[in-house]
Amino acid sequence: MKKLVSLILAGVLGAALMTGCGGQSTEQSADNGASTGTTTESTASGTVSMNGSTSMKKLVEAACETFNAQYPSIKAEGQFTGSGAGLEAVANGTADIGNSSRALTDEEKAKGLVENIVAIDGIAVVVDNANTVTSLTKQQLADIYTGKITNWSEVGGNDGSIVVIGREAGSGTRGAFEEILEIEDQCAYAQELDQTGAVLTTVSSTPNSIGYVSLDVLNDTVKAVSIDDVEPTVENIKAGTYSLQRPFVMATNGEISAQSDAVQTWFDFMASEEGQAIVESVGLITVE
Amino acid sequence: MKSSKDIIERVMAIVFLVCGIIAIAAVFAICVYMFISGVPAITQIGITEMLFSSVWEPTAAEPHFGILYIILTSIVGTMMAIIIGVPISVLTAVFLAEIAPKKLAAVVNPAVELLAGIPSVVYGLLGILIIKPLMYRLEMAIFANSPDHQMTGGANLISAVFVLAVMILPTVVNVSRTSMKAVPAHLRSSSYALGATKITTVFRVVIPAAKSGIITSIVLGIGRAIGEAMAITLVAGNAVNLPFPFNSVRFLTTGIVAEMSYSQGLHRQALFTIGLVLFIFIMIINILLSVTLKKAGEAGEE
Repeated sequence: MKKLVSLILAGVLGAALMTGCGGQSTEQSADNGASTGTTTESTASGTVSMNGSTSMKKLVEAACETFNAQYPSIKAEGQFTGSGAGLEAVANGTADIGNSSRALTDEEKAKGLVENIVAIDGIAVVVDNANTVTSLTKQQLADIYTGKITNWSEVGGNDGSIVVIGREAGSGTRGAFEEILEIEDQCAYAQELDQTGAVLTTVSSTPNSIGYVSLDVLNDTVKAVSIDDVEPTVENIKAGTYSLQRPFVMATNGEISAQSDAVQTWFDFMASEEGQAIVESVGLITVE
Repeated sequence: MKSSKDIIERVMAIVFLVCGIIAIAAVFAICVYMFISGVPAITQIGITEMLFSSVWEPTAAEPHFGILYIILTSIVGTMMAIIIGVPISVLTAVFLAEIAPKKLAAVVNPAVELLAGIPSVVYGLLGILIIKPLMYRLEMAIFANSPDHQMTGGANLISAVFVLAVMILPTVVNVSRTSMKAVPAHLRSSSYALGATKITTVFRVVIPAAKSGIITSIVLGIGRAIGEAMAITLVAGNAVNLPFPFNSVRFLTTGIVAEMSYSQGLHRQALFTIGLVLFIFIMIINILLSVTLKKAGEAGEE
């Protein structure tokens, strides 16, 4: 009986100790919150609502996270319903910013939308190092991925069946690649891999294979192919000569200077060093 | 003193009860969760469209969610792995239980048991490093002159089947061996007394007597093969195709693993439905297992 009583006592004491600690730690974290709040100097308040491209989800979510921590009085949030829907939303005023992973059409610009390019998405086409093909045209690339061209000899290489490697459905890289070549859902993949790294290692270890990865992960285990004789480099993408690229646009209705303070703060943030670092951290190319 | 003992007894009884309930609650929660998250996509897509259509284009403008080829791949792949793996495993078990000299068995036995403890992703890596290049060479030799065949680079059904066949070895070997060891010695002695050789005794007396245990081991092997994801996602290719040996294929498990990370909306729900289908398959296998075990128990009583 004695034992039991002491056990219960110990338990109660332990519980009291735990709750004590808990209380202290919450107080502490509240202090921290207040201190970070005071360090930022923001005059603007309000909301920044974004709507649009699912491909831009990674960029927008990463940027929102940092932005909201830095400017507690502004709440930035994104919805991801597709480029077209996003541009429509900003045109009819239900969103402040329309995210689009393609350039705006003339029709959209005529509605008063302004194309603010915040980043560029570049894709490199890679083959194994032993492959003799160094350049492909956009058409050849599309034909390889749709299964019309099945042998490297048809595009000037050695005789060998092409092993077509790509990403899984839902991947942003796959979406961009198929969208730029206009071969959405017509691709005949031999292997669908669920990671960029897996594409690189598989292409490097499989003779006669071809794959695509985002430009920032390129390394010398594979060989990047020129498209229409233009090498996939950051310079060529910025110059606009390399064709496997697409702009990430944050469209506004009218110029940025005509927007609310909150939205202007957002664009200042995106242009700042911190914003540019986020662009690079999600594997995109900065505009400068 | 007596009363404190009583209390300890009672407290411990409650502790055991709680532990038992945790297991049941987990199973129950998983069942409910699988159905809650798997059913919405079925009602939205339609059960026949989903189960009997072969087009899987979840992100197309007009998405299609047919998982027929994926289901067929899981069934065919598992069957092929069993066809390759079970004869090897059962004969290994015979060797270990009946034929091997004690010293040799003492080496082989731990090796087989160790095989069971190797993480599945390691099997996948071995598949990438050894089986995939071999199969790519074989593929290039077989399909050198057939332009209609899409080269898979060795990531195909046959590679996945070989990896699965090796993976089920330890399960089948261990359970079969135990059941053969459990066959009473007097059965063997009677067989020898009738003039039968060792081999005849093994195949006519020991294996029939251990039948139920061997069947159990095979069912366990099927369960392991059908539920495996990590090892085969590395070697199966993951494109949705009919399960022919040199086609790049997608299993139920790898289908979920491959697309979960970026999926959203109906696509994600459809992946949960694939999980539900897999769950139902494994339930069926478990029910088969308990039925065979029950039958074996009844046979033993007779």
